[in-house]
Amino acid sequence: MKIEDTLQETYTALSANMARSGLTVLGIVIGIASVITLVAVGEGASSGIQSSIQSLGSNLLLVSPGAAATAGGFGVSAGRGSAVTLTEDNATAIQSQVSNITALSVEVSSRQQIVAKGTNTNTTVDGVNAAYEQIRNVQIDQGSFISDEQGQSLSKVAVIGPTVATDLFGTDTTQPDGLPAGIVGQTIRIKNMDFTVIGITVAKGSGGAGNQDNTVYIPAQTAQTFLTGNAGVTTIDIQADSANDMTQVQNDVTNLLLQLHNISDPTKADFSVLNQSDLLSTASSITNTLTLLLGAIAGISLVVGGIGIMNMMLTTVTERTREIGLRKAIGAKRADITRQFLAEAIALTVIGGVIGIVLGVGIALGVSALGFITTTISWQAIALAFGVSAVIGIVFGYYPARRAASLNPIEALRYE
Amino acid sequence: MIEVKNITKTYGSGDTAFQALKGTSFNIEDGEFVAIMGPSGSGKSTMMHILGCLDTPTSGKYLLDNKDVSERSDDELADIRREKIGFVFQSFNLLPRTTVLRNVMLPLVYAGIPEDEREKRAKEALISSGLTETHFLHKSNELSGGQIQRVAIARALVNDPSLILADEPTGNLDTRTGEIVLGTFQKLNREKGRTVVLITHEPDVAEHAERIIHLRDGVIVSDSKRHARRHARHDEAFVTNNAV
Repeated sequence: MKIEDTLQETYTALSANMARSGLTVLGIVIGIASVITLVAVGEGASSGIQSSIQSLGSNLLLVSPGAAATAGGFGVSAGRGSAVTLTEDNATAIQSQVSNITALSVEVSSRQQIVAKGTNTNTTVDGVNAAYEQIRNVQIDQGSFISDEQGQSLSKVAVIGPTVATDLFGTDTTQPDGLPAGIVGQTIRIKNMDFTVIGITVAKGSGGAGNQDNTVYIPAQTAQTFLTGNAGVTTIDIQADSANDMTQVQNDVTNLLLQLHNISDPTKADFSVLNQSDLLSTASSITNTLTLLLGAIAGISLVVGGIGIMNMMLTTVTERTREIGLRKAIGAKRADITRQFLAEAIALTVIGGVIGIVLGVGIALGVSALGFITTTISWQAIALAFGVSAVIGIVFGYYPARRAASLNPIEALRYE
Repeated sequence: MIEVKNITKTYGSGDTAFQALKGTSFNIEDGEFVAIMGPSGSGKSTMMHILGCLDTPTSGKYLLDNKDVSERSDDELADIRREKIGFVFQSFNLLPRTTVLRNVMLPLVYAGIPEDEREKRAKEALISSGLTETHFLHKSNELSGGQIQRVAIARALVNDPSLILADEPTGNLDTRTGEIVLGTFQKLNREKGRTVVLITHEPDVAEHAERIIHLRDGVIVSDSKRHARRHARHDEAFVTNNAV
């Protein structure tokens, strides 16, 4: 039997029961489309989180007060009695004693009510040094960032994020950045003190560690003096010279701080040093698990679709028992019958696979276009989904096909 | 030429064994029109399965065109059926929702004959079986019983078989259309020299053959040439106009 004849028979058989063929194909379509869409959502979320971690800056180490996560439930032992474990002095010591540091900035964060022109918002006020701009890759839209001189003179100046600017001053769609002109130079009130806006940052988008667009930056010393009232710092941001120096800098900083804080047991440290690459690998392991989970759920529907094909093929074999008997009586071999039913099952999965891929890619692109979530279409997922559906077609089609081929022609012809 | 030598067929084994054929022998020459007759349980269906290479005998020899076909595998039997045997069944067994032409072409599909050659041979077979060009593209379920059975006869003819094996071909037809179908067999036998073996339990039907083999309880009880066989007209128009 020739291939074109097999295809012709397949077409005739499948079109003879359009509704059933259609519903069977639908099972595969849903399976494949959901694998592609869900994996695209997972990968999109993953790359979104990764890029927002990258956007924190490069080669970044964050020193935070409090025990490291591994220190156990009540691990802040050496810091007991002192509300502040990291200070400006620690930062200065790190900068002067640890090598291979490109830049260092402290952060003095607190949450404040900000008032301007009768509107107000509640957001994070972050006291930082001039180096913060470079370390965290802050880009300035209007005006300029905070300078070290402004810190030393305890200037009441502020650089605001675009979200804060919108909340306080509204929007103006005629401007390229969507903000009304003349914000720089305006006065905002933080804790009943007037601060002059000297700059607005470029929108970075939210996600990852905090929303940098919804932050007000002021000089660190100003924040310590007027807002927190002590010399403590919330975070020390350190940029290492290169990715290769990260481990050395992390170890040196840890040892220096342990020494400065008089802690002999590293597990009882009252601070933690977070490595950006640790953060990245943690985040990517979480998002990979998420993608795998979504893919597995979709995979289940693919298998269910495959079982649908097997079900249809088994029904078809039973219904067409007499036809099979006749075909064998007029000279069809086992292989001819096997091939015919296998071709039908594979045709169903291939049609379902192609429609499923088109639909899955379409939904993924649609979700991105509508702005719900940025999806990343994964060619591996498409190849995998199609491969799986082809395998399903063969595996789930093979059993019914063999059953058809092994029918005894005499009994098949008598079948009612 | 068919030689059946001392064939037995036993179903089951041990206490429940049932011997359907108990040592049957006969020859059928090329161009003969033979009816194998007998009541149900006589072994005629078993005989038909063996003659049709749908089944193999338990013992004995079956020579078809001087080739021993009594011990073959499933696929070898399929090859023999495709090349040497044309079947006509009581229940027609045409593919539904498929055109007459494609039904007749089906055996040639499995023989790997090219499409245009298939179509040519199918049309010839249909015309020999008394159908006309107007029927070719009808779906098989749009035809009358007599027409359907003649499509089935065309399908049996199309691969130019050594033997046409008809299993109760008139069983699902009324007497008049049955006559037409039997007339078609007689015409094919007389004019084209086709070997026809007719399996039936009805004496009226068997009388259309030139030789009747009677089976009872798995053995031949009589094998007689008939001198005065009944003639049926295969021309449908004639029968319609001269209601029987």
